[in-house]
Amino acid sequence: MTLPDTITGWDWRASAQRIWFLMRREFLAIWKDKRSRTVLILPPIIQLFVFSYAATFDVKNATLGILNEDNGPAGRELVARFSASGAFDPVARLTSVREIAPLIENEKALAVLHIGPTFSRDLLGARNTGRTAEIQFIVDGRHSNTALIANGYAGNIVEEFTASYAASQPGAVPRMMPRLVTHAWFNPNFESRWFIITGLVATLTMIVASVTTSLSVARERELGTFEQLLVTPLRPLEILVGKILPPAILALGEGILLALIGITIFGIPMRGDPLLIIAGLAVFMLSVTSLGVMISSLASTQQQAMISAFCFMMPAIILSGFATPIENMPEWLQVATYANPLRYMLVISRGVFLQDMPASLVLANIWPMAVIGVITASAAAWLFRNRLQ
Amino acid sequence: MTKKSGNKMIDKQRLTGFIRKEWLQIVRDPSSIVVAFVLPLILLFVFGYGVSLDSRNQPVAVVLETNAPEGRDFLASLRATRYLVPRLAVHRGEATTWLVSGDVKAIVLIGAEFGERLNGSVLPSQPGQAPVGAPIQVLINATDANTGRLLAGYVQGAWGTWLTHRSYTTATGLPTLVNVESRIWFNQELDSHKSIVPGLVAVVMTLIGALLTALVVAREWERGTMEALLTTPLTRAELLIGKLVPYFGLGMGGMTISVVVALILFGLPFRGSILLMVLSAAVFMLVVLGLGLAVSTITRNQFAASIIGITATMMPAVLLSGLIFDIRSMPKFIQLFTYVFPARYFVDILKSLFLVGNVWPVILPNLAALAFMATVFMTITVVKTRRTLD
Amino acid sequence: MNAAVTFRDLRKSFATEAGSTVALSGVNGAMAAGRVTGLVGPDGAGKTTLIRMLAGLLTPDSGSIELDRTARVAYMPQKFGLYEDLTVEENLTLYADLNGLDRTARETRFNELHKFTNLGPFTDRLAGKLSGGMKQKLGLACTLVVAPNILLLDEPSVGVDPLSRRELWQMVRALQETGITVLWSTAYLDEAERCDDVILLHDGAVLDQGSPAKLTERVDGAAWRALLPESNVRKRDLQRAAGRLPGVVDAQIRGRYLNVVMGQTGAAPDLSPIPALKGVTAERIAPRFEDTYLAALRGEGRATALARTHPDTPPTPKTNGVGQPVIETRDLTRRFGDFTAVDKVSFTVSGGEIFGLLGPNGAGKSTTFKMLCGLLPASGGEALVAGFDLGHARADARGRIGYMAQKFAYLGHLSVMQNMTFAGGVYGLSGKLLAERIEEALTTYNLHSYTDTPCSELPLGIKQRLALACAVLHRPAILFLDEPTSGVDPITRREFWGRINAMADEGVTVLVTSHFLDEAEYCDRMVIIYRGRLIAAGSPDEIKSAGGSKDGASLEEAFITLVENYDRDHPP
Repeated sequence: MTLPDTITGWDWRASAQRIWFLMRREFLAIWKDKRSRTVLILPPIIQLFVFSYAATFDVKNATLGILNEDNGPAGRELVARFSASGAFDPVARLTSVREIAPLIENEKALAVLHIGPTFSRDLLGARNTGRTAEIQFIVDGRHSNTALIANGYAGNIVEEFTASYAASQPGAVPRMMPRLVTHAWFNPNFESRWFIITGLVATLTMIVASVTTSLSVARERELGTFEQLLVTPLRPLEILVGKILPPAILALGEGILLALIGITIFGIPMRGDPLLIIAGLAVFMLSVTSLGVMISSLASTQQQAMISAFCFMMPAIILSGFATPIENMPEWLQVATYANPLRYMLVISRGVFLQDMPASLVLANIWPMAVIGVITASAAAWLFRNRLQ
Repeated sequence: MTKKSGNKMIDKQRLTGFIRKEWLQIVRDPSSIVVAFVLPLILLFVFGYGVSLDSRNQPVAVVLETNAPEGRDFLASLRATRYLVPRLAVHRGEATTWLVSGDVKAIVLIGAEFGERLNGSVLPSQPGQAPVGAPIQVLINATDANTGRLLAGYVQGAWGTWLTHRSYTTATGLPTLVNVESRIWFNQELDSHKSIVPGLVAVVMTLIGALLTALVVAREWERGTMEALLTTPLTRAELLIGKLVPYFGLGMGGMTISVVVALILFGLPFRGSILLMVLSAAVFMLVVLGLGLAVSTITRNQFAASIIGITATMMPAVLLSGLIFDIRSMPKFIQLFTYVFPARYFVDILKSLFLVGNVWPVILPNLAALAFMATVFMTITVVKTRRTLD
Repeated sequence: MNAAVTFRDLRKSFATEAGSTVALSGVNGAMAAGRVTGLVGPDGAGKTTLIRMLAGLLTPDSGSIELDRTARVAYMPQKFGLYEDLTVEENLTLYADLNGLDRTARETRFNELHKFTNLGPFTDRLAGKLSGGMKQKLGLACTLVVAPNILLLDEPSVGVDPLSRRELWQMVRALQETGITVLWSTAYLDEAERCDDVILLHDGAVLDQGSPAKLTERVDGAAWRALLPESNVRKRDLQRAAGRLPGVVDAQIRGRYLNVVMGQTGAAPDLSPIPALKGVTAERIAPRFEDTYLAALRGEGRATALARTHPDTPPTPKTNGVGQPVIETRDLTRRFGDFTAVDKVSFTVSGGEIFGLLGPNGAGKSTTFKMLCGLLPASGGEALVAGFDLGHARADARGRIGYMAQKFAYLGHLSVMQNMTFAGGVYGLSGKLLAERIEEALTTYNLHSYTDTPCSELPLGIKQRLALACAVLHRPAILFLDEPTSGVDPITRREFWGRINAMADEGVTVLVTSHFLDEAEYCDRMVIIYRGRLIAAGSPDEIKSAGGSKDGASLEEAFITLVENYDRDHPP
């Protein structure tokens, strides 16, 4: 037999055809496998629903113990304001200071409002004596954020109480009250859910994409089908494209589905250009699937691939700004987040959904993901042939 | 096989022989040691440093449209807080650009009439009415609702401090009528590490424990060694105990390391009793190992076991354990849902032991819940462990 | 003869995604006390299901098993549960503990077992580092820690080289002498002949049972052989021609002889229609066990597929490239760490040749094969296929070869059609041409009734046909086959080789690996690789004479001699 001696060069048509057939096979492989089909569709949707309700920083109906030692009207008025605020749910009326500690320690109440016996008197005299009336607000600090917010609510209630008290006093001089006017942009009611759902759209699709791809090569290696691919005319680059694109396309569809659920069911506004989200998601998915294929090519068994994928995903979710802001992390750790594609996608998702982020800014967050994708994809292609046994 | 009459449930020789084999396998294959000792440290670092709700040094744009000295004075007081880093913008447009791009989290707009209004030269049209238009506007990027709300609080705080300060220096401000003395118990400085790290130990050990055992029974099936074990008189109880004991040892080792690292690295107090800590850790370990064993026994397949393991532990560990989001703030039906996750009980116990002390009313019910879950998982494992291959 | 185990009308089905598959459909049989019973059948016949039922690990859907309640049954599964990360000693200790063997009795028993298995010097070696044969011996030792009355062995000789296989048989015979009843399951028909009794299983039903002698007696007078005259007609052409003669059910080349099995007993085959065999007369020989099996299957009408394998008109051999070197290795070497898996192997394969790469498992033939296919880079030397190193060759160079892996390498949940479309598509076939080729292959390989079946649900023989159909869809000039017939029944094997021969006639170069030495008779030339070295090369006849075998002897005997000689001259 003879082979042509002339170098024919790269035949893009033949190459495209091979990729096309490989992609068809990969689509079928994901779709026809009951297990991967289940992993792909159901869990992300369930998780979107559960987590969007679960992940809230809002403090509502925080349990409150009340110790009112004051007999005057001011004390009653203040207690009434706390009860009516909606932020607090009075669960216990205390009669002595000794009862405070066990109530909080045993988590029967998150906070205790303690109004001393002289409160009404002090308040009346405050204008003349210059002394202030004191109240105590004790919060369980075991959950620092809840404590912080509950403390803030208490401050607001007391402030409103003071303002209305001052205004209601007979002979009160109408004085100008210098006030701060606060506007919440993009999310006027401080809805935690808007923040979480726009984040989940990116995070859940990332999990789907990494789980499906990180198993793809490792599984084929175990089954022996990967060798069969390597002896065909498929080049490593073509295998790479054929392995990366199908899960990326499926996960992109998944992401769009989740975004639609967010918009229609949870009423998330879509203020920017939806095409920008899709563009961002597409590049994000490509970078995640490249990373997944790289992990998969490194691993020699499915188990290793799974643990490696876990070791990638867990930090990726934590160090992305998904649940807590990147700015709160130590400087050195903030630097590490630049290698995390999810970080950029979250900016795009939240930016386009809520802030009508301009295309130029979206682009500024797309290219780092593209760079991560190119690096991991090259590593994966190299590993195909050089990591055998 | 030859079911000899009087085959004891647990035979010392069989059990020790089986445990010895498990132990040898662990020692020979370093991967489970890595999972038990190295992975928790990595996760502890990532979570410990990565999850922080302490919003400090938030960048804020300040637009000064007035030349009044009060404006500069307020800017200085914004600078003085450790929470805010003000950046002066030339005009509103610039500040808005920064806000959208995420370079700043809020804009503080000090209007042209700031000085006049403040000094009362512009009066409200009717007595008792709030002044028309405010001297200071704060525009907050509330995309991140929590941070946004905290920021609003910080600016408000700075404003309040400035006003009080002013009332003393100029005698034109309002005297404060009521002073709220806030006491944040167990965590006075509201350091979020203190509330996160104890829970973190629980979450990390859930992941590790489940990961350790999720694969061990499935592995026996896949490698064909289970078939050979079934031909021996080994009982189900022995199989379960034999699998548990070595991994329990590993898990407790990992737990000790995590706790010690948490105490040292994040400077946490420990206010409870060590004995109680060990006891609840042991019960918790049984729960997560039991969970892993149950999954592994039911699936008999490493792939399915790991998929289930990951979906059942990873995201819930972050979102449903009470680590970041307070379970008490969740809607009731989600709260019910969280009872399924063992981590939440241990999180409660650990927070009390670290930050408060031996709070029996908190610890006992949680411990009871864990013991119940351990029993359930063990029972599932035993029931699902068949002596045949059907 | 009293039976140690009797089983009646055993039935068992397993649920699958598509419904259920029947593993056993009413199996009757018995194991005679104190004898070695062979459970013989191809992969998927139901051997493992039956053994697991006898061991008490599976409950039959219906039917009964009778055995003495006091008997101790020991069972060695196919993939015996050796812990590869434990040493020989630790594995033995584990099974001793689990079986309740106390410490004093243990020492004597271990000594006996070490002596019995020759594993004494290796007690501290990890089980994973043992050779296939040693693993099986250790598995047997673990099964025997407490002496059983009945011993069930599920395919103990899979993955074991001929030498170790012989040793395993010696061990089993020794056990039998102590009064143990043994069941030995196997897919190798030559092993069946060594058993006292045989249960022949096929597709979940018993085809036949009895002593091998009795079974072969039935085809007595149907087996014939003819000494081939010296001629320039290729042996495989003669074989094909003989296979089509009236009354002939099977024709095989055995060295210088043509062995023929007739459909009817008594009548000698008439070889005169074949010009090259004019005047050659056949002599009657004792039938082999395999012939019984073929006859039994034929009786059930299962062999129809065979007829289609031989084209009606002999193909015109293509001369294009025939005789020129197509595959060449020069001092090919592969090292893993300080272990040399392949050590300076050199050989040349000419165009149109069927070339065998033979050797026991772990000897280095798979490593050599992988280097040739470009799946593994060489540490030294060269492996050229059509002048290219396939590891770095351009895509079109790889497009010229076809490859069939040892394990079925097509996605199980995809249908036959989907896998074929992919296999053709990546080799550049598309549109009408692809559809035509697939249609042609479906017809040639008789796969039409399976087009939409998921591959995982295909019977083994069909899988094997599909794998070959996929490998040659793009009409490769060179075909690489890795252990293509392991575990398949003799009919499928014959069918397979019929196709390979036909392709070789069309000028396709075929490189095939096998540890199944009988199969080497189909090769034009071969090399034997042992301990990483090439220890013999040549035609089957040349190998046999190098091994000092007489005419008509099997290659396996020659092989054992060659290996023993090598071991003697090159002590490890």
